[in-house]
Amino acid sequence: MATVTSYGQRLGNRVAVGMIILALIVFLAPIAWIGATAFKPRNLATTVPPTIFFAPEVSPFVKLFTKRVQLKPNEKVDYESAPWWERIVLDGGERISRTGRGEVQLSGYPSRFLNSLIVAITSTFLAVAMGTITAYGFSRFKVKGEADWLFFILSTRMLPPVVVAIPMFLMYRAVGLNDTHLGLIILYTAFNVSFAVWLMKGFIDEIPREYEEAALVDGYTRMEAFFKIVLPEAATGIAATAVFCFITAWNEYAFALIMTNRRAQTAPPFIPSQVGSGLPDWTVIASGTALFLLPVAIFTFLLRNHLLRGMSFGAIRK
Amino acid sequence: MAEVMNRLDPKSRAAARGFSDLAIRNLFVVPTVAFLIVFNIFPLIYSLGYSFTDFRASSKEAANFVGLQNYRDLLADPFIWTNFTITAKYVIVSVTGQVLVGFGLALLLNRSFPFKGLVTTLLLLPMMLSMAVVGLFWKLLYDPNFGIINYALGLGNFEWLSDPGIALYAVALTDIWMWSPFVMLLSLAGLSAVPKHLYEAASIDRAGRFYVFFRITLPLVAPILLIAIIFRTMEAFKTFDLAFVMTSQPTTELISIRLYKMAFQEWQTGKSCALAYIVLIMVLTITNIYVKYLNKAKQR
Repeated sequence: MATVTSYGQRLGNRVAVGMIILALIVFLAPIAWIGATAFKPRNLATTVPPTIFFAPEVSPFVKLFTKRVQLKPNEKVDYESAPWWERIVLDGGERISRTGRGEVQLSGYPSRFLNSLIVAITSTFLAVAMGTITAYGFSRFKVKGEADWLFFILSTRMLPPVVVAIPMFLMYRAVGLNDTHLGLIILYTAFNVSFAVWLMKGFIDEIPREYEEAALVDGYTRMEAFFKIVLPEAATGIAATAVFCFITAWNEYAFALIMTNRRAQTAPPFIPSQVGSGLPDWTVIASGTALFLLPVAIFTFLLRNHLLRGMSFGAIRK
Repeated sequence: MAEVMNRLDPKSRAAARGFSDLAIRNLFVVPTVAFLIVFNIFPLIYSLGYSFTDFRASSKEAANFVGLQNYRDLLADPFIWTNFTITAKYVIVSVTGQVLVGFGLALLLNRSFPFKGLVTTLLLLPMMLSMAVVGLFWKLLYDPNFGIINYALGLGNFEWLSDPGIALYAVALTDIWMWSPFVMLLSLAGLSAVPKHLYEAASIDRAGRFYVFFRITLPLVAPILLIAIIFRTMEAFKTFDLAFVMTSQPTTELISIRLYKMAFQEWQTGKSCALAYIVLIMVLTITNIYVKYLNKAKQR
């Protein structure tokens, strides 16, 4: 940076910093609002004017995880002996639904969240494993028509999900893969593997060939050289690729909407489906959303030095 | 590139031990390519077949071959052209907005100030989040009565999503919020690559700010900005989640939404396969341009 000298430049810098602060507020306000609404009592979520300061509560999270029923006018519930989290719900004119054996019934959310985890983690593992070895193949060996293959691999990622989903839906229906974890895992793996190949190729291209050549001279086989020399060197790249694949699978909506409806449904199609007719409870939606966004927010910070590379398919490096 | 010359010869000495290099190459590359063909190309061939039939996935009746009828119907259907017009409008508005906001932010951030790294990462957060889930929450932010946007801007009871004339722009605004950071990220990389001595030379020559911007900054950032624009154009063209979750106005029915409804609500499977092919050809055209520029950027 050139040193700032004149008064005009200093003033310009001040104005710029002011504008950066303003931009920060504008860009983070929606996310902050999700976080705030997730801890609001229901009656403060939709007030005119919007409530900014309030005493935070955990009731939205209790409601998020449990199945509830409206209290009937004459229903007698033992308020005193109920656990604290059940009392929260009782205050709102609802009680927690229980099975015949008195077990608390969970809402649809925990199972959708678990489905999201299963599908995202498994597909990420598969996509990164396949992507890494394929990238190594393209990086180190001569492949006839390499550019064309790489273009083909990338183009499979560029198709609109609905275009691919129509035939996949028919094929899955024919073999019984609709609404299964496996079906969704295969789709997300196919979707992410092309990304993983492109990104990993960049990382592997950067590892000097001399390392492996030295290992080969020392009597390693090519396989050993790959596992003992290349993979450890590529560890950062593999981790970054994995996080990107995880985020993509975690956030995916269209395929999940079309291919699943109950058993294997993930959180992205489930959360909007809660806003049906009538007045939605925005505090519950916000708590479900906040919990769902949290892993991605953490990963974004871990990834901060690789974002440029990942978002440009490995084309632009710092 | 020099890398091709450095490649190990598959018939090298190492090939004599363990797997041959050729075997390893095939082992590493072929399964992935085969997997992608089975799960990406085969379905497309499958749907190409259906696009020439009147198949309905909801009925048990067998598909009848109708030739090019579906394509003829679609291309003559004025409603489909409305969907394409809406999509074009959406792409233009949201990509223009993203470029202006994103590039503007990059110009602001391209200086040293305290907590620069943290601020940049925080600004990048929106693009990492799920469009469907965050888009849904924007419904509350846009609410005419208790939404925080109307409150903060003092717009009274302005109808963002329920006014058919405004809804598309409201969705585009959310898209701009989500994806300006992407343009910002790429622009920042471009800006930081501009050689400092050019600015020093310009200041010695007492060149004006506008001159410096239009003659030095913009031309040097242009290639990377172009990549951002093409990428965003392609993604905006494909948009489904955001508009689908936020509104159900006929004026926000993007081509992906029309395709979804045709296939999974009206169950016109054959016809929807034909429409999918029309969209596919459009996307492949944009992708081709995109990859060409990606390769150019790599060679720099």
